[in-house]
Formats: sequence, C-alpha cells, structure tokens
Amino acid sequence: MHYSTTRRTVLAATLGAPLAAWAQQQPKPPRLVTISGAITEVVYALGAEAQLVGTDTTSLYPAAALKTPKVGYMRQLSAEGVLSLQPDAVIATTEAGPPVVLDQLRSAGVKVELVKSEYTWEDVRAKVQAVGRAAGREAAARELQARLDAEWAQVGQQVAAAKGPKPRVLFILSHGPAPQVAGQGTAADALIRFAGGVNAMGGFTNYRPMTAEAMASAAPDVILTTDQGIEALGGVEKFWQRPELALTPAYRRRAVVSLDALLLLGFGPRMPQAVREVHQRLHSS
Amino acid sequence: MTAPRLAPRTALVLGLALVLLAFMAGAASGAYPIAPAELLRMLAGGVQDTPAQLVFLNIRLPRLLLGVAAGAGLGVAGALMQGLFRNPLADPGLIGISSGAALAAGVVIVLGTQWFPALPHTLGSWTLMLAAFAGGLGVTLLIYLFAQGPSGTHIGLMLLAGVAVNAVAAAGLGYLNFIATDEQLRNIQFWLLGSLGGARWSAVALVAALVAVACTAALAWARPLNAIALGEAQAALLGVNVERVKRAAVVITALAVGAVTATTGIIGFVGLIAPHWVRLVAGPDHRVVLPGAALLGAALVLAADAVARTVAQPAELPLGVLTAFIGGPMFLLMLRRFRSRV
Repeated sequence: MHYSTTRRTVLAATLGAPLAAWAQQQPKPPRLVTISGAITEVVYALGAEAQLVGTDTTSLYPAAALKTPKVGYMRQLSAEGVLSLQPDAVIATTEAGPPVVLDQLRSAGVKVELVKSEYTWEDVRAKVQAVGRAAGREAAARELQARLDAEWAQVGQQVAAAKGPKPRVLFILSHGPAPQVAGQGTAADALIRFAGGVNAMGGFTNYRPMTAEAMASAAPDVILTTDQGIEALGGVEKFWQRPELALTPAYRRRAVVSLDALLLLGFGPRMPQAVREVHQRLHSS
Repeated sequence: MTAPRLAPRTALVLGLALVLLAFMAGAASGAYPIAPAELLRMLAGGVQDTPAQLVFLNIRLPRLLLGVAAGAGLGVAGALMQGLFRNPLADPGLIGISSGAALAAGVVIVLGTQWFPALPHTLGSWTLMLAAFAGGLGVTLLIYLFAQGPSGTHIGLMLLAGVAVNAVAAAGLGYLNFIATDEQLRNIQFWLLGSLGGARWSAVALVAALVAVACTAALAWARPLNAIALGEAQAALLGVNVERVKRAAVVITALAVGAVTATTGIIGFVGLIAPHWVRLVAGPDHRVVLPGAALLGAALVLAADAVARTVAQPAELPLGVLTAFIGGPMFLLMLRRFRSRV
C-alpha cells in the first residue's frame, strides 16, 4: 500500500499522541538513594528495590542491599557521588550530612526526604511514609504501615502482660579499653523500655565509657549487646572473661542477650520482631 | 647521583605546569560522568543547562578552586614558618592555628546546640567556619603575645609555647570527644581529616581572595627572610627590621591557614613538605621557595582530592588521608634522589 506523506504524518500523530500521553501517565518509577539501614529495609519491605540505585554504608540488610552502590557514611556524603547515580529522591534520617551537600543535592533537583530519629514507634511509621511518598508507592506504604501497627500493638500487649519485676538491663555498645554503655536518649535505652526492662544505667545521656566499679554498682540482671560486639571479642566465652563484667548479677547467671546491631537499634520495619525477641529472651534468661 | 638544581624561573614554570595539569586531571575526573567534549564546549563558552554542566559548575569547579586556594595557602604558610623558625620541622600548625581551629570547631559541633542554639538558624553552616577561623586566630595571638619579651618576639619561646598550647587544645578536644554523641564524634573526626566537599561559591570566593592577598603579601617578605636565614643578628646588621618580619609572617600565616582550615578542616602534611620539596629542587632562596611552595601545595591538594573523589565513588575518602598517603612516598623518593642536599 502507498501512503502520501501527509497521510503518514496523520497516522503517526493519531497513533503516537495517545502513546506519548500514556507514557506521561506512567512515568518511570523514581530512582531512590537511601541513607540509613532502616530506610533501606523499608524499600525492600515495600518491594521497591528495583528503584534503589544506591545506599549508605549502614545499609546492611537484607543481603541484597550490600550489593547496591555505596555512597559512603551517612554523615560524609559526596554531592557528586550521589548525583552520579542520577537519583530522583534521597531518603535519609536527619543525621545525614554534611548540610552543604544536602543543599547541593536539592539545588540539583533531587528531592531530599529527611526523617527525624526520636526513638519512638512514630520513627518507623515516618520512615514507611517517607519511602512510600518518594517511591510513588503510597498505597503499598499504607498497607505495610497497617500491618506493622498491628504487629506492634500485639507485641505491646505481650510485653504488658509479663509478670514479675522488670529486669535491670545494661546495654554495652562496644568494648574498648573501657566498655561503652547506653545512657538515656539512645536507641538502646528506648528498646530496653519497649521490651519491658529498665535501663540499669541512669543519670547521663548518650553512650559513655564506664568503669568496672560503676558497672558493678549499676547491678544489671541482664547484659544486652550486639552480635557484632560479641563477635569482635571472639565469642560469648571471651565476652564473659571481660573483667568489668565479673561483679555484676548478670555474670553469675551468664545472662546475656545479643541481636544483630541493625535489627536491634535500627528502628526499621523489623522493630516489632526485635522487641518481641528481646522481651522473650529477657524473661527466659 | 644528584640532578642539577633548577633555575628559579624554570622551577616556577614547572610548578605552574604541575598545577595546570592537576587542575585539568581534577576537572576531568569525578563520580558524575562528564564527557571531555562537554568540558571543552564549556571552556569555549558554550554554557547550557545540561545536568552534567550544572554538576560541573556548581559542585566540581568550586571544589577545584578551593583545592588551589587551600594548597597554595598551606604551602606558602609552611614556607613562611620554616623561614621564620629556621627549622625544617616547622609547619603552620606549630603556632596554634590548626589546633585552635579544631578546638573551636569541636566546641561548635559538640556544645553549639546547647550554648548558642540560635546561631545555626541565622548563620547556617557559616557558624562552624567563623568559629574555626576565630579559634585559629585567637590561639595564634595567644602564642604570639606569650613570646613577647624585652628584646621583641622570642622565636624559641614561641616554638615552645606553641607546643604547650597545642597540647592543651588537643586535651580540650579529647574532652569534647568524651562528652560527644556518636554523630558529633564522627563530625569531629571527619573535620580533623579535612575535605573539600563543603565548597560553595560564596565560601570559595572568600578563601581564594584571602589566600591571594596572603600569597602576594608573603612575596614581599622574601628578601628579609633570606637575610634571617643567616641569623637574626646578622639580618639586623643587614638593615632588616626583624620584628616586622616576624609579625608579618605570623599574621599572613594565621590569615591564610585560618581561612583554609575553617573551610576544609585540617589538611595535614602539605604545609610541611611543599617548601622542602621546592628547596630540594631549586635551592633555599625565598623568592623561589615562597611561590614554589604555593604552586606545589596547590598541585598536591588538587591531585589528592581527585583521588579522594574517585577512588571510592560514589563515596569519597577524607582528603587528609590522601595528602599524606600520596605526598609521603613521593617525598621519600625526592629525598632519595636529592640525598646529598638534605
């Protein structure tokens, strides 16, 4: 068949225009860079990992996140490095920085979503919402949030139903020359409370190195720490050989609870799981 | 075997060529892919609003210029200090600029939100820069005033006072580390390792202007410094006003290094080795050492930053790690080659 030029143009226009319109209604899903292990977990929980083009060094879970391009530590981002991944949005906690780099990203047209960390359940919900918004998956985010809320309520009831005195729990972050323990205003302090324990350390905020005497007088019933911390010492046997632990009630019963650091302190979608696990192990040890 | 000493002009032309080479290598490398053809088009004035050009003009170019200013400032200050103290181990850190800036930066990072919560809202990220600048100048002034005696500034006293004050500042920073939160601790650590990542046009323009003034001013003191190399008494006999030289050297160094350090954090090693390097190649005349150290410093920082930006991309390495990592072995090679002149 033979078409004149005009007819061919008309045909192209009639076919092409709806196609173009369709393409505009179905924009490419936004490309995401996540800065925080918990936020990266939310992306995977929403099934949006195909949109993930980069993560920071704290994004260690799930294992697939390790294979994504790494933009470095969350406080020391490189504007050009992040932009080279051509993201549409960067989702981070307010700890991300430096501020100049965040400004540079914004002025390059990248949407920067910042989520506050206040160590409450609201943190987790805010992360889910932020990812949902940035990824263009609001519906899935609402669904995930409802599921997590239900799970959280269930864990809360479980903890509230526990009988007996609340165990005194000491969280040890790391063992340097002196062990770093958690005071108030830390993720660990909040987690101990959620899991039905009492932080054995009071009177200071953040993580502080502690003397053996102060540890003894805090008299913790249970030591809470991370798998990574125990691994760094060479296992549980070596852990209990630390001199500063010998004078604690926990030592006599060898009561230690350890979880993966990101699971325990990340305040991500696995938080109900973390609290349930810590609660159960606190009350069985 | 020792290579022949370079004529002053040849050495400076070589230095300038090194800076240009490092600048071009830096312009062409980075995490964001920018085709060389696009760079050339921009050079020819063909500025368009492509993403690549925006990245280059707003992120990479100010960073390169900050690298030039930082390296030149540190290099020229190092040459001034080594000339003034007549001591090959002298560097700008000796008179307290770096430690003062670090202490002030630490105070802002750790205590800023408690002590003056309103400041960040009005000054933004300038708070840290201004505090570091003021801290560096303040501590330097303290050391300078301490070294005043009946016969003017006592250089030996200034050196020892510098050692003591630096130790006190380091202790203060250690205490701040103790009370800092994890995030604050990381901020301090990164600040101490230096980075050109905070390059914004406004800050770069300020620092570049200050360093340019400092370099020009330093050149005027080349001859008096040559005289001081013979000894203070001899210089005085030659008609040099030694007190004025000392004051000028301290002020120029404090301004240049203070401005650079406030913007980039502490970039180690450049101020120490750049002047040595020039002396090894072109001899001890300050008319060559001062501009030569500025050029070599600029080339060294540019090269180190190009590696910092690309080796771990899309992340970046701290600059201070690389200036020493690259500069150290290269300097050792130089020392081997020019062994007889050390």
